[in-house]
Amino acid sequence: MDESLTNSLYVFVLAAFLGYQVISRVSVLLHTPLMSLTNAIAAISLVGSLILAGSAQAPFATVLGTIAVAASFANVVGGFLITDRMLKMFKTRGPAKS
Amino acid sequence: MNELVTFLAVSAPESTGAAATGIARWIDLIYLVSAVGFIMSLKWLSHPSTARKGVKAGEIGMLLAVVGTLLKEEIVEFKWIAIAMVIGALIGAPLALLMKMTAVPQRTAFSHALGALAAGLVGTAEFYLHGPNLSKVALTAIGFEVVLGYLTFTGSLMAFGKLQGILPGKPILYPGQNFINLGVFGASVLIAGYLVVNPEAAHLFPWLIGLTLIFGIALIVPIGGADMPTVIALLNGYAGLSAAAMGFALDNKLLIIAGALDGTSGLILSIIMCKAMNRSFTNVLFGGFGAVAHIKDGQVEERSVRNISPEETAQMLENSESVIVIPGYGMAVSQAQHKVRELYDVLTKRGVDVRFAIHPVAGRMPGHMNVLLAEADIPYDRLIDMDEINSDFPQTDVALIIGANDVVNPAARTDKTSPIFGMPILNADQAQTVMVVKRGMSAGFAGVENELFFMDKTMMLFGDAKGYIGDVVKELSGVSAGH
Repeated sequence: MDESLTNSLYVFVLAAFLGYQVISRVSVLLHTPLMSLTNAIAAISLVGSLILAGSAQAPFATVLGTIAVAASFANVVGGFLITDRMLKMFKTRGPAKS
Repeated sequence: MNELVTFLAVSAPESTGAAATGIARWIDLIYLVSAVGFIMSLKWLSHPSTARKGVKAGEIGMLLAVVGTLLKEEIVEFKWIAIAMVIGALIGAPLALLMKMTAVPQRTAFSHALGALAAGLVGTAEFYLHGPNLSKVALTAIGFEVVLGYLTFTGSLMAFGKLQGILPGKPILYPGQNFINLGVFGASVLIAGYLVVNPEAAHLFPWLIGLTLIFGIALIVPIGGADMPTVIALLNGYAGLSAAAMGFALDNKLLIIAGALDGTSGLILSIIMCKAMNRSFTNVLFGGFGAVAHIKDGQVEERSVRNISPEETAQMLENSESVIVIPGYGMAVSQAQHKVRELYDVLTKRGVDVRFAIHPVAGRMPGHMNVLLAEADIPYDRLIDMDEINSDFPQTDVALIIGANDVVNPAARTDKTSPIFGMPILNADQAQTVMVVKRGMSAGFAGVENELFFMDKTMMLFGDAKGYIGDVVKELSGVSAGH
């Protein structure tokens, strides 16, 4: 097995483990914002899309790259905005009763 | 956790290998900080008080990822990138800012489709550009990326259509369905495998795309509305995994980390949803729940229920000490959350203790009810999780059920023949009085009769949730004005 694959697998497994630890602690209250936030984070495929759209390798690749950038950037913008919009709504009231 | 981050740091800079120039090493470091931003982002989401800080961390992480990428030497042309970003922002911002909160499940499904499409397209271009020159590892990664990307693309569009009401929400079943679906999926996996070994056979690639797109559609066809929380969570995970696969293909650690985080998140959520319905993954995906349960339709007998008016409801609520509201998808459909909030206000003002019991699968996506009630300004410390509130029902005067059905059906505890047997439910039947706001006597999603409606202590409040609760509120406010 070549070295870069081993490295990649290490990173993947550790990140998945870390993700499991962090995400299990997310409050049940916030599962919808969690989905929209991870949606924004998954738009990291923007990185691959940018490289494709900007590297001028072939016209068809630039076209596919441009569509991919538009699609993933829509998720970046939309994902973070709507997560923040939702989180703004979660409020406690002042003095708690009962 | 810190040790892990350090470990990730150590392994990161090797990705560019011997060819690493000065700038490439800097880019790797920028990516590392970006990855830390994403991790902190999810960590801070653990509690509402730090959650907005989490969004900031995520935004910084994404900004760094973009800056780092644009510094790459391969990127020589910025025109198309700029145009695409403007288009993307024009699509994304209105979707986020103008959409109603009840439409959040649709928006989520739609954005999974966009993300997955991006992954699929990048994988496709990568294959056609470099196919035969790529290592087996990269080709395998592209295979995963393309299959996960395209099946999530059409699958999410189908989910979007069902949630938006463009497509019928009921599961659609036909004989041999699972056989056909598995056949389509098997064929696309075989082609993907063949292409890894023989990347010159590029003429097969369109078949791979086509079959995977069809499989995405076929996968969602048999899935009904109430199973959407599980399916949306699962598609969320797939979208993340396709990004991680892109990371393997491009040898990019940041993509792998962010994709893995998102992938685990989606999988954890879908496991939680499955547990909350006492069903397995295979059952959700291949079970066609909801269509099977209609056998009993023939023997529906006329049974009497107690039906009361808004005035009587107002009186009973006013005279109780504790009320637990159980919201369901019906509340979202009739947009009743603001009226519910008014009810919460008048009752709280009169000293009634009002809380909300949230079933994990209430609504159409994980956490759906919490967001709607928070939107209506109900303090989140009043929204209580099923496990925490269930023991309180016997000491509760009124359980007020608004647009929920299967999640309060006692048959889940008692009737072994019921399709929902074993599903954890809210113990509304143990409250002193049960009130059910409902449009009519139709069965729930599972097509099962609900014994709860026929109990002696149950009052049926027939009508549209928004209108009915509005009338109750009017009644209650009217009385207070008369005092």
